[in-house]
Amino acid sequence: MGSRASTLLREEEIEEIKKETGFSHSQITRLYSRFTSLDKGENGTLSREDFQRIPELAINPLGDRIINAFFPEGEDQVNFRGFMRTLAHFRPIEDNEKNKDPTASEPLNSRSNKLLFAFRLYDLDRDDKISRDELLQVLRMMVGVNISDEQLGSIADRTIQEADQNGDNSISFNEFIKVLEKVDVEQKMSIRFLH
Amino acid sequence: MGPFLDFNPFDNLLCILLGISFTVWFTLLLVFIIVPAIFGVSFGIRRLYMKTLLKIFEWATHRIERGAKDNNHLLYKPYSNAIIAKEPTSLEEEINEIRRRGSNRDLDSASEFEMSDIFYFCRRGVESIMDDEVTKRFSAEELESWNLLTRSNYNFQHISLRLTVLWGLGVVIRYGFLLPLRVTLAFTGVGLLVVLTSIIGFLPNGRMKNFFSEQVHLMCYRICVRALTAIITYHDSENKPKNGGICVANHTSPIDVIILASDGCYAMVGQIHGGLMGVIQKSMVKACPHIWFERSEVKDRHLVAKRLSDHVEDTTKLPILIFPEGTCINNTSVMMFKKGSFEIGSTVYPVAIKYDPRFGDAFWNSSQFGMVNYLLRMMSSWAIVCSVWYLPPMTREEGEDAVQFASRVKAAIARQGGLVDLLWDGGLKRGKVKDTFKEEQQKLYSKMLVGTQEDRSLDTPPSSHLN
Repeated sequence: MGSRASTLLREEEIEEIKKETGFSHSQITRLYSRFTSLDKGENGTLSREDFQRIPELAINPLGDRIINAFFPEGEDQVNFRGFMRTLAHFRPIEDNEKNKDPTASEPLNSRSNKLLFAFRLYDLDRDDKISRDELLQVLRMMVGVNISDEQLGSIADRTIQEADQNGDNSISFNEFIKVLEKVDVEQKMSIRFLH
Repeated sequence: MGPFLDFNPFDNLLCILLGISFTVWFTLLLVFIIVPAIFGVSFGIRRLYMKTLLKIFEWATHRIERGAKDNNHLLYKPYSNAIIAKEPTSLEEEINEIRRRGSNRDLDSASEFEMSDIFYFCRRGVESIMDDEVTKRFSAEELESWNLLTRSNYNFQHISLRLTVLWGLGVVIRYGFLLPLRVTLAFTGVGLLVVLTSIIGFLPNGRMKNFFSEQVHLMCYRICVRALTAIITYHDSENKPKNGGICVANHTSPIDVIILASDGCYAMVGQIHGGLMGVIQKSMVKACPHIWFERSEVKDRHLVAKRLSDHVEDTTKLPILIFPEGTCINNTSVMMFKKGSFEIGSTVYPVAIKYDPRFGDAFWNSSQFGMVNYLLRMMSSWAIVCSVWYLPPMTREEGEDAVQFASRVKAAIARQGGLVDLLWDGGLKRGKVKDTFKEEQQKLYSKMLVGTQEDRSLDTPPSSHLN
């Protein structure tokens, strides 16, 4: 049923999304089919419940945070454009893009934007700083009940100590980038399409 | 009265014509369909029909592709397999790899938490949003070529005039000719089943009764098979289930029962329904022992197990037919088998059923269609084509518990039918996933953080199916 709706996506829209996200025509129609199959209410938008219906996402310790990343500030529904914009962060970086016109706006899947996506998973209140509490929250989500508060607290303290350079006891985006400068972000935060 | 006199001879002629065509129609029906069904022979008409259809479908798809190319449009091409590349690495492997490459200090010092650890969860999460293994099993499989049914066409705008005419012709044939024919046959088949089994119920128990009951069941199911224009290929019939055994198969639709029961005699298991289903069930059980449960008894697992094991111990009774998935899946995968039938301890005869979706999609999406709607859709498709493989019997081995046995059987069925073997529960169609899976992941990750310091008592090995 969802696949029939791919004919409802107009060519102009596909072109716009292509320009904004860099996905190819067939990838966009494929993802639109996926979007409509998740959209049980058939109203052209996805709610948080629609995402939580995916079992593999529901059992992911960071599932709720990832779902949050799709919804803009204070909103409960995401339309297809928003959906694609968020997914675009995970498009692999192609070689020919690296030498593009530097005045053009940064593509959504640049290394910096991928890191920003990850940063925002930690930084819940969007104040551009990962505080100790925010770090603890994410750690707690990832370990469940298996590690004590004290131990988790010391892990968090150690992490902030190593990353924090300006002494404000929290991690800013630049400090975050510095810590991860050797990590192969391009590969680890990219999802390759088969077609 | 004047003008009416002119109509009389015409009326008469009309009646005669109608009468003749009706008789011809019925004779053809009898000769070509019902009589072969009684004796279990086939004229091969259906296979010829299938071959012709395939050629037409290929032409139709080709035409759509050409139309799209001429207009410089891009086609929507459905792919039933994965759309994104998923690495089959485990949580530990991947997080270690991220750390190894990206850490600023050397790895010998016990590295606990790294900020890059979330990349793993992040990517897995978004991968599952783009394409997950479970939700797509509960809706009809997408086809790569068009089979002239509106319900499976994704590229409407590329249809040419010739194709539309062909499609229109298809509609006329399917709804005008095939559907009435099939409905007639269905009513005949079901009616005969109810009447004849009730009659046989009056016979005294014994070999005669069993013989007649088997023949009647087979005959009626064969008529039903023809009512669906089901073209079935049976493989490895030497492994057919024997008395005292349990036959398990993957479940796609209620038609599975008809397909299996037209080739062998089984004792059915199920809940008693009301209405027409109830009437059929009650009359069937008069002829030979089937296992029907009241609604209240279904919840009592001990009662269910007891009745099943009582039945299999009596070797004069027919093998039981069970679908351990518990719900209909769309025939691209096999989901978790419930362990109940595997605890009984008798021989299990696995059967794999694979439908060919090009002629008609047999999957019953019970949240989308009711039973009647579904049957009408089935009867207005081109045909139901499927293959049935009878796998060699399996028994529970030493040291194997019911769950492991169930997985082993499931793997064998999946392998034979070319289906994906999933550990997920078919109940996820309607229910939420259990929290224990998330807790497993959290436990695994925690071990990575502190496992080097604390005791290494691993009570359960990490499950690998989530990776």
